[in-house]
Amino acid sequence: MSAPVKENPVNKYLRMERMPSIWCPGCGIGTTVNCFARALDESKIPLDNLAVVSGIGCTGRVAGYLNADSFHTTHGRAIPFATGLQLARPDLKVVVYSGDGDLSAIGGNHFIHAARRNADLLVVMVNNFTYGMTGGQVTPTTFRPAIASTTPYGAFEQTFNMPMLADSCGAVYVARWTAYHVKQLAKSMAEALSKRGFRFIEIAAPCPTLYLRRNKLGEGLDEMKFYKEMSVIRNGVDTREVALDYRKEITVGKFVDRERPTLEDAMDQRYKEALGAKYVPYVSPGAAKSQA
Amino acid sequence: MTTAASPAVKKDKKFQGVVVVNRENCKGCGFCVEFCPLHALELEKGYNAKGYHPPFLAKPDKCNGCDMCGLFCPDFSIYGYREKLDSSAA
Amino acid sequence: MSNATSSGTLTGSHYLDGDHACSEGAIAAGCRFAAGYPITPSTEVVERLAQRFPFVGGRFLQFEDELAASIALLGGAWGGAKACTVTSGPGFSLMMEHIGLAAITETPCVFINVQRAGPSTGLPTQPAQGDMMQARFGSHGDYRLIALCPNSPQECFDLTFEAFNMAEEYRVPVLVMLDEVVGHMTEKVVIPEDEELEVTERRWTKKPPGEFKLFAPAEGSLVPEMVKPGDGYRIHVTGLTHDERGYPKMTVPEHEKMQMRLWNKIVLNADKIVKYEAKDLDDAEVVVISYGITSRIAERAMKQARDAGVKVGSFRLITAWPFPEKEILQLSKKVKAFVVPELNLGQMVLEVQRIVEGRTKVIPVPHVGGTVHDPQVILNAIVGAVR
Repeated sequence: MSAPVKENPVNKYLRMERMPSIWCPGCGIGTTVNCFARALDESKIPLDNLAVVSGIGCTGRVAGYLNADSFHTTHGRAIPFATGLQLARPDLKVVVYSGDGDLSAIGGNHFIHAARRNADLLVVMVNNFTYGMTGGQVTPTTFRPAIASTTPYGAFEQTFNMPMLADSCGAVYVARWTAYHVKQLAKSMAEALSKRGFRFIEIAAPCPTLYLRRNKLGEGLDEMKFYKEMSVIRNGVDTREVALDYRKEITVGKFVDRERPTLEDAMDQRYKEALGAKYVPYVSPGAAKSQA
Repeated sequence: MTTAASPAVKKDKKFQGVVVVNRENCKGCGFCVEFCPLHALELEKGYNAKGYHPPFLAKPDKCNGCDMCGLFCPDFSIYGYREKLDSSAA
Repeated sequence: MSNATSSGTLTGSHYLDGDHACSEGAIAAGCRFAAGYPITPSTEVVERLAQRFPFVGGRFLQFEDELAASIALLGGAWGGAKACTVTSGPGFSLMMEHIGLAAITETPCVFINVQRAGPSTGLPTQPAQGDMMQARFGSHGDYRLIALCPNSPQECFDLTFEAFNMAEEYRVPVLVMLDEVVGHMTEKVVIPEDEELEVTERRWTKKPPGEFKLFAPAEGSLVPEMVKPGDGYRIHVTGLTHDERGYPKMTVPEHEKMQMRLWNKIVLNADKIVKYEAKDLDDAEVVVISYGITSRIAERAMKQARDAGVKVGSFRLITAWPFPEKEILQLSKKVKAFVVPELNLGQMVLEVQRIVEGRTKVIPVPHVGGTVHDPQVILNAIVGAVR
């Protein structure tokens, strides 16, 4: 070999001093982070302009591993924190990165309102069909009749069709991929990063230690192969048709891509219309640098 | 830590895939081995300090540096790239 | 509204209620971000912010619930804005988790609680002072913060303004604990010119990225300096126990280090933080310790007592937390009794009892809330104390 070895280009997006991560072998979260790093590359967003907000859980740990201004907040409340941050700092690109339990259960209310008001956030939800960090409890995305630690005889509740929920609340970009679809996921994330408004990407990912093991579904790799085999790409399909079910076909793709005024746009517009020249628009403190 | 490419087999080969593995951070999940489009990777019989079997470039001449391994890796412990070969290399 | 200065400060002499005065205090202090949720009797604070902010370059959003509002303001604060929210009892309970998050992440922010009778839905339009212990212990775990108690609309302005300053000074959540009567009473409020108002700006660091540590105390201080996202510092802020870089470090020694610095940040600075109003203490045999609206009722009772020859003095808490331990301890050595009227069944009186350690009589004058004390009841307690 003639040239010296190149450094992994993903390293600059990570806090390398904190590696290896706490994620289990075969966990899909890291793969999604890898895709996110590629998406950041492609979207050319300066890393200084990125703020990542996460909730609690295994996916919530993403904030701590990304080399960006990051906020590891409380369970279910990443979205309102991010909404506040985005409103105070329209100059930043704010991304929420959290798990299925965090975003659809305890965070459900905030999810629907942020979508409704079209808060300018990209919400990445890693769906491993369980609350992993706390030992594998049932979440609103855990299928019937999968076993979880709080449904030891099998789950019995209807699950959320998260893309449909986001769509029906007015999200402007809705996509679902799996951790297997690395190329499409990276592209989708890059697309979403360059858009404004409430953007939602669901990513099905393996939780080998809990969801897979309890349901005897093999290792992380087995689940990835399952995604490869059972996924069907249906871009543009009606989100009412993309519900998931236990060990059945997984509809992936980009389902919604539209425009409407963001929360901030709507706010500004209303004030301009009502107050005219008297309106004093908000000025982001981002204009002035921290260092005096 | 690294796995280097071996000398080119085909005389007209201008590029060589290079794969770099961080053996100590790898958790042996096997994603890279499974999803390498050219099936150029295998897990080592050896293992790292945590007991995981990291991958290595078993078929270096097949590697084209596509970096699918890198994209799949949940632990950022492998990546590939293409390197232009020196015309002076045998 | 129209005589606000270009900075937004509503300089001049006004006739405002406490709630509205709080809003003006926030604006004068430079607050330009607020997140709220309606709840009686605090709603007027956010209503006024919603009305005024578009004229002064502020941003207010009513969120879907107090859980969202209480963390959205942290988002705004971390973005670099001065931020606040407003609530009452049931909302205060909901906000507790995020008060804790603000404490451990050392987020400068202000929470205003216009107290009403509880527990639960209680008496929404009627006063109480039943959240005082909750102000100190409401969130889980050990933490310290600052709580201020205005007793008039003027103080609502002054102390809300002060709250923002203290939040920046100590990088801590500051609570403004008023009650429904102070919130809804209308009195004269004088708002000075900007030149007379000393606004504490955020303590932005001068250290460059790489050198600056978000949770390391500044030189000669227990309080770290601040930065904001977007300036290249690549900060990490977590509610987990963390080291000086902000990275989770969940070991006992690290937890102790973090906890003790957060604790000492307030406790060792108590002398600078504690505020109170003392009257007629020189010859006092009995001292009435009161705060908020109760202090106004107690004033009448104390006047009547003095007129009747009782040597009564007044110690009014302006900071309820940190509690003025030194001052009460000193006083306990020379007075016969403390009379502590509160619109609750005994909360701040527990602090007095704790500090006094039986050295002096402590006479609580509790009240379930819903209305204010009859001054006669407090007078009876004062007179009874010296008998």
